[in-house]
This record gives sequence, C-alpha cells and structure tokens, in this order.
Amino acid sequence: MRFREKAKVMDAGQIDKALVRIAHEIAENNKDIGGLAIVGIRTRGALLAQRLAEKMRTIVKKDLPVGALDITLYRDDLTAVAEQPVVHKTEIDFDIHDKVIILVDDVLYTGRTVRCALDALIDFGRPKYIQLAVLVDRGHRELPIRADYAGKNIPTSQKETVQVKIKETDGTDEVVIAEKEE
Amino acid sequence: MDILLKGGHVVDPANNIDSEMDVLIKDDKIEQVAKNIKASGIPQEAKTIDCKGKMVFPGLIDMHTHLRQPGREDEETFLTGSRAALKGGFTSVLCMANTNPVIDNKGMVEYVYSESAKAGLINIYPVAAVTKGLEGKELTEIGQIAEAGAKALSDDGKPVMNAEILRRALEYSKMFGLPVISHCEDMNLSMNGVMNEGFVSTKLGLKGIPRTSEIVMVMRDIELMRLSGARLHIAHVSAKESVEAVREAKKRGIKVTCETCPHYFMLTEDAVIGFNTNAKVNPPLRTKEDVEAIKKGLADGVIDVIATDHAPHSLEEKDVEFDFAAAGMIGLEFALSLANPELIKSKVLGWSDLIRRMAVNPAKIIDLQGKGSLAAGSDADVAVFDAGAEWVVEGKRIESRSKNTPLIGRKMCGAVVLTIVGGKIKYENGKFN
Amino acid sequence: MAVSWKRKDLLDLESLSTEEIELILQTADSFKEISQRPIKKVPTLRGQTVVLFFFEPSTRTRTSFELAAKRMSADIVNIQTNASSLTKGETLKDTAKNIEAMKVDIIIIRHSSSGAPYLLAESISPSIINAGDGSHEHPTQGLLDIFTIKEHKKKISGLNVSIIGDIAHSRVARSNIWGLTKLGAKVTVCGPATLMPPEIERLGVKVTYDVKEAIEGADVINMLRIQIERQGQSLFPPIRDYSMKFGLDAEKMRYAKKDVLIMHPGPINRGIELTPEVADGPYSVILEQVTNGIAVRMAVLYLVSGVKKRIE
Repeated sequence: MRFREKAKVMDAGQIDKALVRIAHEIAENNKDIGGLAIVGIRTRGALLAQRLAEKMRTIVKKDLPVGALDITLYRDDLTAVAEQPVVHKTEIDFDIHDKVIILVDDVLYTGRTVRCALDALIDFGRPKYIQLAVLVDRGHRELPIRADYAGKNIPTSQKETVQVKIKETDGTDEVVIAEKEE
Repeated sequence: MDILLKGGHVVDPANNIDSEMDVLIKDDKIEQVAKNIKASGIPQEAKTIDCKGKMVFPGLIDMHTHLRQPGREDEETFLTGSRAALKGGFTSVLCMANTNPVIDNKGMVEYVYSESAKAGLINIYPVAAVTKGLEGKELTEIGQIAEAGAKALSDDGKPVMNAEILRRALEYSKMFGLPVISHCEDMNLSMNGVMNEGFVSTKLGLKGIPRTSEIVMVMRDIELMRLSGARLHIAHVSAKESVEAVREAKKRGIKVTCETCPHYFMLTEDAVIGFNTNAKVNPPLRTKEDVEAIKKGLADGVIDVIATDHAPHSLEEKDVEFDFAAAGMIGLEFALSLANPELIKSKVLGWSDLIRRMAVNPAKIIDLQGKGSLAAGSDADVAVFDAGAEWVVEGKRIESRSKNTPLIGRKMCGAVVLTIVGGKIKYENGKFN
Repeated sequence: MAVSWKRKDLLDLESLSTEEIELILQTADSFKEISQRPIKKVPTLRGQTVVLFFFEPSTRTRTSFELAAKRMSADIVNIQTNASSLTKGETLKDTAKNIEAMKVDIIIIRHSSSGAPYLLAESISPSIINAGDGSHEHPTQGLLDIFTIKEHKKKISGLNVSIIGDIAHSRVARSNIWGLTKLGAKVTVCGPATLMPPEIERLGVKVTYDVKEAIEGADVINMLRIQIERQGQSLFPPIRDYSMKFGLDAEKMRYAKKDVLIMHPGPINRGIELTPEVADGPYSVILEQVTNGIAVRMAVLYLVSGVKKRIE
C-alpha cells in the first residue's frame, strides 16, 4: 500500500513546543513528582517518552524513570495479520507499583494500542494512576479511551493516515497527513 | 491358437539373435523365429500381431520375489503378484520362502505349485528355506523339498549366520543340484541398522548398516562354496566391494553367480532424505560410487542377473516411524522400464546383455528347461516391449496389491505391451486374460 | 530484520537460513524479560491449545516447553507415552490424527525415533515443534545453547566451540553443529571413536579423539550427556574409562581458556561428564541455559503460531 502525502501539520519546532506544553501540564497535574514515571509504547512512543523525560527534567529538576513497552504480544489482531510482527524488548527496569505512569504514544486513533499497553503495564504491577499522553489525537475511537495530554488534535477521515516522523527512526521530526493511493 | 509376432526387433541372446524378425508360436511352444515368415508356413487361423517398432524378448525370469502368500495376502497374492509380473514382462518368477508359514517342507512347496496354478497367469516356482522356520539352526528336509520341485534354497530376508550350517546345507543341496541363494548380511554388524551407514545416516541420526556387513558375508559364502563345491548364488548385491569380491572369485575359477536389483543401479542413500520409508530396503541403498560399481559389474558380466527383490508391504508397515518401517520395495512392474534408461540408453548394456541378465542367466542358474530362449521348441513365453513409451508411476495404477515404491511420480521409459505365457496372451495393453 | 517467519513447523536447524536463526534469537531476547516480571504471563496464545506429545521420558525439556506455553497463556495438554507401546496398536499417525481432530494448534513432539516429527508435519495441520527426535535433531536445545553463547560472547562468528561426548547418538550435537556453523563458528567434535558417526567432518566440523586438543583454544565447551543405559553395548567404552578420558575435571580445565564457557544440556551425570567443581564452577553457564530455554521456546511458539493461521 502506498501513501501520498497531503499536508504537513507539525514541524520540528511545533513538536518540541507541544512536548514542552505537555510536560508543564503533567507537572501541574501531579504534585507528587517523585511518584511519576514515563513509559513509551514502541517504537515512536518510546522515543517521544525519552524526549518528554528531558522536558520534565528541565521543569522539575529531576530524572524520572523511563521505560519502553512493546505491546505486540498483547495485540488483539494477531490472528488477523499475515505474518507475526517482530517482537521487541520491553524495558521497564523500575517497579511501577503505586507509581503514576505517564503512558506515551505518537498517535491516538482507535485506542486499541493503548488498550494493549494498559494490559501489559498492569502485568508489571499495580500503578496508582495511568495517564495518557499523545503527540497527535486524530479521533475515530473504537474503545472508551481518551488522552489526558494531547500535543495536537487533528480531525481526519478514515481514509487518511497520520504519520509521525521522528529523527531517530525517520531522519526528520514532522507530522504529516497522508492518503492511501488507489 | 497360434500367434505370429510380426516385424518386431527380436532379442534372443541364447540364439544370438538381435534383429528384426518374426516369431511364430504354435500351441505352447515357439515354432520358428525367422525373417519374414512366409504366409505358406503360417496356419490360417493364426493371430497376427504387428510388432513393428517394438522389442520382442523371451519372457523375463525374476529370481527374487516375495509374493506373501501364504500369510500376508493383504500385501500380495499369487494372483496380484502375477499381474504385476506380466505388466513387467516377467513370465516366470521365484518366490522366496519367508512366508507365514515358511516354505520349509515338501507340503509347502506343493502348496505354492497348486495355489499359484489357480492364479494361472505366470510360472511361479518356490524357493524353499535352508533352515526350518528360517531360524538358522536346523536344516530343512532338502531331499524331499528338491523332489517336490523347489528350484533353490534360501533363508532370504535373513542370512544363515552359522557358517557351519551353511556349509552343510551347501554340501547337502549339491546332491540334488539345488543352488543356494545367499542373503549376505552379518546380523551383528547390521544390528538395528535402518539405512546405509555413511554421511546421510550421520545427518539423519539413523542407525547405519555398514557396507562391511554385506561384504564379509559375500566373502565368507564364496569360501564356503569353494569348500563345498556346491552351487551358490548371491542375492541382491549392493556394495562396490561385494562386486569386487565376486569378480575376484570368478577370476579364481569359482563358479559363484550373483544378482543385483534395479534400485541398486539407480538409487542412492539420498533417497532416504526426508525419512522416506519407501526408500528403506535391505540391503540399504548405498552411494553413487556403489551405483557405478554395480553398473560396471553388470557391464563386465560379474553380475549375472537382475532380479527385482519385489517386496510388497502394506501401508501400515510403511507409514510409520522410519525405525519401525518394514524394509523392501516392489519392483516387478518397473524393472524393465528402469533398465531401459539406466542401462540401455546410458550404454552400460546392450539389449542382448540385458536379456541375458533378465532371462537367459536366471533360466540357467535355476535350471529352467525350455525357458529364457526363443529357440524352436522352447516354451512360448514372450514379452513385447515398447521402448519409446512413456508413463508416470501412479499409486492407483500399480498392479501389485502393495504400493510401496519410491518411484511414485517418476517418469518411466518404455512399457511392456504384450506378455505371452505358454503360448497364451496373458497381458495385452493393460488388460489381463 | 528483513526476514519474516514463514514456517508452520520447527523440525530442525538444518533447513533454517542464517536469517531465520537470527530472527528466533532476536525474538527470544525480547521474550526473556517476561519471565522476570511479577506476573509472568502475556496473553499472546490465549485460546490456543498446545499438546506436549512425549514418547520419551523427559522432565527438563517438557517442563521448559510447558512453562513457555503457559507464560503465553496457551492451554496445555500433556501426553506421555512410549514409542514401543504405540507401535503395537495405534500408529503414530493415527494418534496424531486423533489429536488433530480435537482441534489443537501446536504439537510439541519428543520421540525416540529419528524423523518422527516429519511424519506428523506432513500428515496433520497443527504446527509441529520437534522437541528431540532420536539421534537426529533437538532444534530448540541448539537454539538455546547458541542464545546462551551469544549472551556471553556477543557474537557467534569466529568462536571455537567444542562438543565433547557421544556424538553418534546426540541430537543436541547435530542441532548445535547446524546452527553454529551457519552462524560462522568453528566447531570441533570430540569423543571415543566408537561414538563418532562416519563422515561427520562433511558437516563442516573438525574431529578429534584427543580431549586436550578439544579443550585448548575453545571459547565454548559443550559436554554432552552420556546415556548410561548404553554401557555394555559394544560401542560404548566402560564408564570409568570414558570419564577418565573424556570427562571434564579441574585437571583438564588447566588447558582451557580463561574465559571459556562450560555448557551441558542436562541432566548432568555428575562425576562422569563433569566433576562437581567444573559443573558448579565459575565457567559454567548450565543454569543460564535452562533459563534461556524458556525464552527460546516462547519465541518459537510465537513464530510458528503466526504461520498456522495463514494456512487455515
């Protein structure tokens, strides 16, 4: 399947600003900074989680624990995909019990990925709260899930796709809307 | 009814014929083989069959078959085995003694003659056991067995491990002119083995049968033959060194004879890869080098006979773990169609050489009077072969009651189109009479 | 990784490509962490049925597979029997067809007869995982050995690996040889001449009967388990003689490299293959092998479970 880029909706500067804003909101909502931890969903959510932790450090002057979660084994569509997706490592080397977990992903769409991530997280222990931070919320939820922090709300049609590009994996920081080519 | 086979390429090595000729059959005997037999010499009611472009042979003789009757009629019977033989151009076969009960007495020999006559398609001759129950311990009543008409003695399927017993068997059978057919395998060396010992057995983790288990017994039996002065025929030679041992013995003037089987000149141990139980056979398929040595032995006459070692096995005996699968493969229907490309087309043998090994020599070794030859007055056993015909082996078209062959799906070169036994057309273009 | 997994079954390492082996190792690496969680379970195989079909007594391999499957939320059925009782009545194939008819997804088979898993793979549709067939292969053991070596040495290519013991009857040796040589290791096999299968050097290994030669310069020494039952058969030397000549003790360890890894597929015949001081010594990674076995088997279950679905 090929995609045709339709519009660039965020550039590097806007992504950075959005992350700073989210970091401030997190700090504001959570007075107990010591109880915070950040967990990103692989692949791009985990990279954004690293950046968010950086922003938090400048704001709260503290290193928060950061983890990466691979949700492949929790997916509800494994029976439907043609080939088994590659499983990457889950790296949460801190105890999440009683912590406030900021779960980070790049795009919030149907909510199914977040559902997987919630299941996975809970297998690691019982956090006090789980709050969800996403760079882009594009709508079309299929599950009762909402973002606590969203960098940008982008209304889209189901034919479209939102592509978050991150320097570490894609060579550039930007968010584009693309459309499937027939 | 009299039959005239017109214009075929007649190969009759016993009479040095290898050219286009007519064959006239009167009643159950060959009347005449000649170029353009004149109309005046032919009875009016004779059936004329156009054999132009086909090969005409004396009926083939298979010295080594297992027809499983009595005991395993679910695997083969005299009738189904006969049909397989006819399709392969064989008009006479020897059936081995390892049935249940074993053919180890006069009564069992008589049973084979009377029961196979009921099938009434080909000539079936019993081989009787050397030792009672094939147990290798006590000699059978060889005198009575010979009198009942057994054509040879063999414990085939097993060797006679005790050399002393084989020595006495040879000495005793000599009095009756019966050859002993020896299954050469040292059971201690081959114990629990399921395939040739070598690279493939190492790779597959299967217990190997060393080639030595055959070689030492070939050598032992040659020496026992020399000692006894009896007639010895070595069954299913598979290893290069066995061929060499026979070659040496013949050079020394020992009149040992031996046979090989089509699978030993065309398949190697590689056929086992994938744990294919249809490639499990005893002696086991060997290496490329052995195949070459077998071909050389056939070419220079060290190997006297091509037999099939036709060994039917039911699906239950083959469709199991390799270790537990029965050894053996069927062969009657394929022998000639394999020899054609593997030996004739690749110029290992000429047609006369091949027919010597598949008809003339077997008749000589087991003393079948009037067979293996198209001389006037011989039995009218004839096979007509279309060397250019091509067909593919399919399980459901196999005549044998068992379908155990690694050849399924393989293209065959040449097909028997007509088989005459005792002057009667028993097989013609896929139909049996 | 460019390669994707396309096999319904895991029958051997012989037929796997280098990339496929790497994919299993990489996947296993991701699975290892699951066994360290407080809740050692992921829902991946929820609703799938895994049959452990063992025709040979085995505690270690069966437990390892069972835990792997359980940690992935599969339902497990254990069938333990012995091959000879089956041959008398129902054939292996019939038994397998019956199990297939019960709609199971994965069959893990251990059998004393080489090739038995192939018989199943060609006749029934569930995924077949070979948990050891006769003297042929034990692919997951080979993989977990390689995984353990890689964890310590960071690479396989260029390593000298010596496998010592009853090579002829060892499925562990064969799977290790295939896997290690594909990944570029230099493999030496060492054992009594009677237990060395013919032409094994054609698998790309060096053969020696001198245990000192096998120890010297080896980065890894994998000691095979001796089947004590085989003693008394002509091909097996008396056990004391074997132990003196081929067993690994502190004395022989003097020839070994300082950072050598000592491995053993277990269970150890203490004092025969390894003296306790070697088995429990600083070079020994034997218990790590056991831990890694679960991750490797989870990875294999995960990969084959994806392909079966496509065939249906």
